[in-house]
Amino acid sequence: MAQSATANILTVLDTDFKGIIEEWLGTQVKEGVKRSDLFSDAESRAQNRELLKAFSKGIRDGVTGEDFDLDDDQWDDLRAVLADVSRERVSRGVTPTEMATFVLALKAPLFKRLEALETSDHSVLIRDVMLVTRLVDAFAIYTNEIFINEREQIIDRQRQEMLELSTPVVELWDRVLTLPLIGTLDSARAQEVMENLLQTILERQAEVVIMDITGVGTVDTQVAQHLLRAAAAVRLMGAECIISGISPMIAQTMVQLGIDVGTVSTRSSIRTALSDALLTVGYVIKKTGDQ
Amino acid sequence: MPLPSYAAFDESDLGAQVLLSQHKLKSSGDAVTARQAVARYMKDNGASALSVTRFATAVSEIARNAINHAGGGEFSIYVDRGRKQLTVVCWDKGPGIADVKLALSDGYTSGGGLGRGLGGAQRLAGRFEIRTAVGAGTSVLMSVTL
Amino acid sequence: MAGVTSINLVERALLVSIQDDITDTEILELQDRLSNRIAQNRIDGVILDISALEIVDTFVGRVIAQLAGISKLLAAETYVVGMRPTVAVTLVELGMYLPEIRTALSLTHALAQLRRV
Ligand SMILES: Nc1ncnc2c1ncn2[C@@H]1O[C@H](COP(=O)(O)OP(=O)(O)O)[C@@H](O)[C@H]1O
Ligand SMILES: [Mg+2]
Repeated sequence: MAQSATANILTVLDTDFKGIIEEWLGTQVKEGVKRSDLFSDAESRAQNRELLKAFSKGIRDGVTGEDFDLDDDQWDDLRAVLADVSRERVSRGVTPTEMATFVLALKAPLFKRLEALETSDHSVLIRDVMLVTRLVDAFAIYTNEIFINEREQIIDRQRQEMLELSTPVVELWDRVLTLPLIGTLDSARAQEVMENLLQTILERQAEVVIMDITGVGTVDTQVAQHLLRAAAAVRLMGAECIISGISPMIAQTMVQLGIDVGTVSTRSSIRTALSDALLTVGYVIKKTGDQ
Repeated sequence: MPLPSYAAFDESDLGAQVLLSQHKLKSSGDAVTARQAVARYMKDNGASALSVTRFATAVSEIARNAINHAGGGEFSIYVDRGRKQLTVVCWDKGPGIADVKLALSDGYTSGGGLGRGLGGAQRLAGRFEIRTAVGAGTSVLMSVTL
Repeated sequence: MAGVTSINLVERALLVSIQDDITDTEILELQDRLSNRIAQNRIDGVILDISALEIVDTFVGRVIAQLAGISKLLAAETYVVGMRPTVAVTLVELGMYLPEIRTALSLTHALAQLRRV
């Protein structure tokens, strides 16, 4: 029987396109992945129809013998629809498992109809089922990749937002700014911190800046370098820079770097840094009463 | 105007770019004109103040080098059709640079300078390429994303 | 347009506002004029207002550093005031920390500091 490997699958798709969609939706409900909380029935049906249409087109043009490659042009439509559907689902909070189950649920209705075909003997049926399985699996894997990409983009965006949030410049007093640095100080963050700080100096006409590094995990030479560069830029703008929270170890690292940044003062605690900063702008902290 | 053959950069390096303006570099005033033109195009296309200053500084260094070390040169500004990227090419028919790696290192000067221009420009520009041949000239291509 | 940069005497300091299109010749000539003025008058400081400068490259940076060196020999301090944030970041990237100069936010700040000395 010299029959094309996709003939039976195409017959099934052509004769009962609507039925397959309904049953696919049904399986999704059974498996608990039809998110009626997120998508209306009409929306789900429309999405499934688009997907199945693109799937049929891909099978018709994109499978030679029993081979196929989802990257081929013939699968453009399917990839486009899948990308749209996946992206939309990520943004509505669908999980990758739900998305994969949704795609895989297409197998059952196809298997059932292939089995019911009179032309099929056992070996042909096995061949057809294998091909459908490989196709739908490839389809599911592709979906997963899109999902991961989308997620990564979201994470990147959030990281960027966090970066901005995590470098607050606080106006401690008239003309005194403080920058409590916490966590790790990589190049991207150091750059961000520096720009933010310099802009605030200009806006507030700040004369003293305290960079407190008590909360910075490790100060290796690279971090020390970032700090010194920030201090140098602050000084160039005409403000005084005090780095506080410096341990003896960090002090040594900074000296070993030997960068001549002019005057950068350092204090072991933010407490002394603060009283010095206030003194610079003309205030003293005085005790009242005798508690 | 196509770049002359000694420029060492041609259309294939530039991609689909439109020439915005071209400047002769003879005196230091020309370096100012060139970098101010770059700054204006960048601002007109929405570049941030920081990226303008960084790139215009790189341009100033490279233009000055052509004037000081090669007796002058030429300078062109290009933009891609999507106006997403600005590219400049600066070329001269000067003595060329025998050891580019050395010239790029901070602090190296063959005379009287600070020796931080070339290496600094490389750090400040998004894309930085230099082609040079002893006795033929030097060209530098730099790009910035707008 | 040979814009000769004007030098103004304020208290015991020389104030200079540098324009963005200043050429090398002009800035070198300025360095010369300033040195002479410091020597002639009893000057405590030179204040360079660079708020108009969109960029400071290694050449201009070096002229400023040299001016500070000359002033110091003539017993005056050089203040750079009004440097833009973007210029500060870029100078640091170029590795030009300018340790020989003093800095202040503005002319007023620099004058206040000079009065204190
Ligand atoms: N266009 C050029 N033609 C010839 N030599 C150059 C050119 N540009 C740079 N150089 C060489 O590279 C060296 C380093 O350049 P740079 O870092 O700008 O320092 P500087 O200009 O202060 O000497 C120069 O001293 C010079 O020898
Ligand atoms: Mg140079």
